[in-house]
Amino acid sequence: MEFLYAIFSFLYQFGDAFAFLVLSACGLAVIFGMMGVINLAHGEFILCGAYVSTSVAHMGLPLPVAIAAGSLAAGIAGMIVELVVIRPLYKRPLDTIVATWGISMIVTQGTLIVLGTTMAGSGTPLGSFVVGDYSYSTYRVVLMGMALATLAALWLMFTKTRFGILARATIQVPHVAEALGVNTNLVYSLTFGLGAALAGLAGGLYAPTMTLVPTMGAAFMVEAFVTVVVGGADIFLGTAPAAVVLGLIKATLTSWQGQLAGQIGMLIAVIIVIRILPRGISGKILKERA
Amino acid sequence: MLDSSRRASILRLVEGPQTMGRGPGFWTGFGLVLLGAIAYPFFADSYDVGNNVYFFNWLFMAMGLSLIWGYGGALSFGQTAFFGVAGYSYGVLTINLGDAYGLTLLSLVLAVGISALFAAILGYFLFFGRISGVFLGIVTLSVTLVLERFMAQTAGPQWAIGAARLNGFNGMGAMPSLTIPWFGGDITLYPDVALYYVTLALLVVVYLGLRILVNSRFGNVIVAIRENPMRAEMLGYDIRKYQLATFVIGSALAGLSGVLYTSWGNYITPASMGMTAASLPIVWVAVGGRTDLTTTMIGTLAVLVIFQSLTIHGSQYALIVMGALLVITVLVAPKGIVIALVDLFRRRRSRQEGGA
Repeated sequence: MEFLYAIFSFLYQFGDAFAFLVLSACGLAVIFGMMGVINLAHGEFILCGAYVSTSVAHMGLPLPVAIAAGSLAAGIAGMIVELVVIRPLYKRPLDTIVATWGISMIVTQGTLIVLGTTMAGSGTPLGSFVVGDYSYSTYRVVLMGMALATLAALWLMFTKTRFGILARATIQVPHVAEALGVNTNLVYSLTFGLGAALAGLAGGLYAPTMTLVPTMGAAFMVEAFVTVVVGGADIFLGTAPAAVVLGLIKATLTSWQGQLAGQIGMLIAVIIVIRILPRGISGKILKERA
Repeated sequence: MLDSSRRASILRLVEGPQTMGRGPGFWTGFGLVLLGAIAYPFFADSYDVGNNVYFFNWLFMAMGLSLIWGYGGALSFGQTAFFGVAGYSYGVLTINLGDAYGLTLLSLVLAVGISALFAAILGYFLFFGRISGVFLGIVTLSVTLVLERFMAQTAGPQWAIGAARLNGFNGMGAMPSLTIPWFGGDITLYPDVALYYVTLALLVVVYLGLRILVNSRFGNVIVAIRENPMRAEMLGYDIRKYQLATFVIGSALAGLSGVLYTSWGNYITPASMGMTAASLPIVWVAVGGRTDLTTTMIGTLAVLVIFQSLTIHGSQYALIVMGALLVITVLVAPKGIVIALVDLFRRRRSRQEGGA
């Protein structure tokens, strides 16, 4: 029995790490995979989602509505950023990194000035359950489910809907898609908005579990970065398997040496992985298939 | 008196296609600025002089980033990691070794060496893995953020190296300043006139040295790699080695900044590596014009002075201004504001000459 409890404990930790990696990275991965843009303001869209959803929750609305509102707000903010800053820079992908970093600085500091150093959280809902000697948060199990649901929804969106097909066409050969009558600017705008909305979703989902401070976006950045670097440009062939591998590393090291060791181990794993698979897991898979 | 051919050969060393400033006009200006900088302590309070060394401390890191990013074309967002590693190394070494017999100078060399070694290990994995521009930026940034978090949790007596306590989030203090052994008593470089002149001399040496480097065969190759890595490789250069060497030199300069800063303030904190700290060098170098050493220096000094005066008057808005400056620079003057102004001036002058 002890053994089964230990296995459950490890699976829970792994699931928790996996959910965090998937949710914090998928917004970044959508934008990078589809547009080749690394959005350094990713953390600030997460911040936006967290703050908006917590405010809505404080108004007395149920948590799912609040999270949806946070995600929507981040998505709209993303489309505005795309229009004003990203669009003039499509020909210069390296400059978009620098520009989005500027946005990140403005938003972090602006939030600090306008809303102060911290915001009252809404508390983790759903209580906990006990397995063996330890109690586990039910909400974190919900988060694991949400991570899988998000991946499934993205897969359906990119393979089954008209938007998904147009988006993939635009990404593959932009000028041909344009010649066939696709409004590529709109596709880029919606894709960036989708990535930002996913970031907002991560913020809204994790807001009840953490302290809300203007720099909270940075807490997601390392995980999001390493998942995208290990995964490569494809969400389903890259981000998801990368999250599994990194989640295993992180859960093992965290249960053995603590949270920071998990992070350091992940980073070292990434640095070694890029030496072997420079284009990430998806780059490797796609190359072998081709 | 130098005869003209020898003067020309010296000039050929520090001038070339990779630096904008050239000709008698530029060097007269350079001499005047240098004279002004030398004369400045005679007209100012020694306390202010010591404080203003602060600005010089950052220029080494800025020039290193200009070399890596501007000349080499590799986006390194993690220069503050090397700054922090060298700063902490200097603190640990000097607290353990003490400041007698010029041991602080040995600590300086060792600390810069440690940061260069760290850069060499990280750079090996990055460049020999042939990481493209975007990923290079986020991996270096991740390294910096994780280092910051690691140092921030080193509170408590168990986190000590020899006599040096790391002190977690509060940072490490009370390390001795740089001390030069001299006849009739050591010269301790407190923030004062002596430190000002030593830092200024170091700055001139590094600036001229980097000018020689970028205009040498090596410099031309790294610019060729920036312009078109594949072409450079087809021409027979092992671009990985050149990129790695550039990265190590630039990061060692960031390390030098870290040591000088730590010695200047007798203080280093994990925040000196964090997200905000890491973004500032990008602003300095991007605003001035990263593809030229001189414009990088001018831009860095200007942005630092603006940032400092904003911090004094309305501390909260300084970072917003920095962020806005960065976005506007990228959108309006992607090569950098100083370079854009120089281009504008040259175009106007050539048009006037053409019209006359």
